[in-house]
Amino acid sequence: MNSVGEACTELKREYDQCFNSWFSEKFLKGDRSGDPCTETFKKYQRCVQKAIKEKDIPIDGVEFMGPIKDKPES
Amino acid sequence: MGRYFHSEIDIKSPWHQVLAAFWRRYPNPYSTHVLTEDVLYREVTPSNHLLSRRLLTKTNRLPGWAEHVFPRHMARAVYVLEDSIVDPHAHTLITKTWNLNHNKLMTVVERCLFEEDRSRPSWTKLSREAWISSAIYGLARPIQEFGLSRFKTNQAKAMKGLEYTLSKIQTETPPHLLGDESSEKHKPLPPQATPTATQKPEQFI
Repeated sequence: MNSVGEACTELKREYDQCFNSWFSEKFLKGDRSGDPCTETFKKYQRCVQKAIKEKDIPIDGVEFMGPIKDKPES
Repeated sequence: MGRYFHSEIDIKSPWHQVLAAFWRRYPNPYSTHVLTEDVLYREVTPSNHLLSRRLLTKTNRLPGWAEHVFPRHMARAVYVLEDSIVDPHAHTLITKTWNLNHNKLMTVVERCLFEEDRSRPSWTKLSREAWISSAIYGLARPIQEFGLSRFKTNQAKAMKGLEYTLSKIQTETPPHLLGDESSEKHKPLPPQATPTATQKPEQFI
């Protein structure tokens, strides 16, 4: 899958591979020994955040889990 | 007054596989409308929940009649954020997905809850809700109807895409799982179009 920053796709793939491994092998198994992907994530983020600014994608200040929309019930 | 959608689906795969598939589902043959995918944020909280934010860009397809009315909107893709929380103890995944642009034309907010089916632990329950609204004066109703109809189509594609990814995961031989603490030796499951209820679940953890 491509990154929104064309130059970032390879860095994204590296990070995704690291994350997918860690997620299934460590995180879901209750291993809290820490995240081995921080370095690849940083490299990937430097690239993708730059692309986001260049393309003016409006992600700044958007609250986590976003719109607390009115729900009919529950 | 917008439109509301709700569905409950049984996914005949165990929770840990569904989550692995959730992260890996793009690209798939049913997701040609998804152009890019990026993780923007990840954090493991002190309570060991995994928070994530993904940015997707999707093609902005409108029906013919709307294309004539809103030609300017065709120019840009739709930016979609997907925020999620994984609780590895409760075996739940909650996601919230919504569009960041084209909001006046239409805003779609989707909330999903994936949780292990306690009565059938090799299955996962998916509860999906969506709220579709438009703020265009005079055309809100047909736009919302279109939005609801497209949402139903897209969520069917999303399920096919997820099942496709689940099949891929289930037929992989994961070398890093061999020789770990689980006492069973596992073989890859035979390839099948969709995981069915009749299969005996393999234990991966």
